[in-house]
Amino acid sequence: MRRDIFQAIADPTRRSILSLIALNAMTPNAIAEQFDVSRQAVSKHIRILSECQLIKKEHAGREIYYHFNPKKLKEVDKWLQPFKAMWDDRFNQLDSVLKNIKNKKS
Amino acid sequence: MTSLKETIYTKDEANNKMFAERQFDAPVKDVWKAWTEPELLDQWWAPKPWKAVTISMDFREGGTWLYYMQGPDGTKQYCRNDYSSIIPEKSFQGLDAFCDENGTINTELPRMNWRVDFTKSEPGTKVKIEISFDSKESLEKIIEMGFKEGFAMAHNNLDELLAKQKS
Repeated sequence: MRRDIFQAIADPTRRSILSLIALNAMTPNAIAEQFDVSRQAVSKHIRILSECQLIKKEHAGREIYYHFNPKKLKEVDKWLQPFKAMWDDRFNQLDSVLKNIKNKKS
Repeated sequence: MTSLKETIYTKDEANNKMFAERQFDAPVKDVWKAWTEPELLDQWWAPKPWKAVTISMDFREGGTWLYYMQGPDGTKQYCRNDYSSIIPEKSFQGLDAFCDENGTINTELPRMNWRVDFTKSEPGTKVKIEISFDSKESLEKIIEMGFKEGFAMAHNNLDELLAKQKS
């Protein structure tokens, strides 16, 4: 699945992760400790941020540190992104409405 | 789960226009209904977690759709869309605006011109939306508001992040 930067930063937990990492590179465990959600959930957020290259992995000995990659944020198209986020949502809802119309008929 | 279909987004910066194009698995007749009948529109028009509620709908040329969008905290944003041209099951055009509960237009906020085209296609229906603004300033203002409503946090945090990174 292609990851969308805007969707990535639309999630509050992921924004918090970015805020943390922006100050200091952190290990996945250190990041997870900052949140009340499960480690798996945090890993998933890290993976999404990593897939859209908002964060970068670096190895230091046996540890993995995640760094923030601000260059990637600049690629967010300020023109189309809000529009896109709104319409993706609307259109998916419209799909469901159309499906209901179809089901009622049959 | 419904399959996610790709929407093609484009822009014409010089003319302050944005376009969105997408396919739907339903006949033109049904898609048209979903865009023009209030009971159906209310079910999908508001992006989550907002919901849309129609106050009145007069779908004909010169008619108006008055509705509000309600946020999770109960905030209501009233909007109207004045239909200027309707070609049944082919296209319609309108001019939207932010307003109060009586439909009185807020003239401080920009209005958007809408054109929606429906064409028969392989899966069912292709919908093409064109949104145009009278000026670059209007467009920027709407974008700014879009960020504010749904994505204010993302935007602000983004600026903060970038600011932190610089220092």
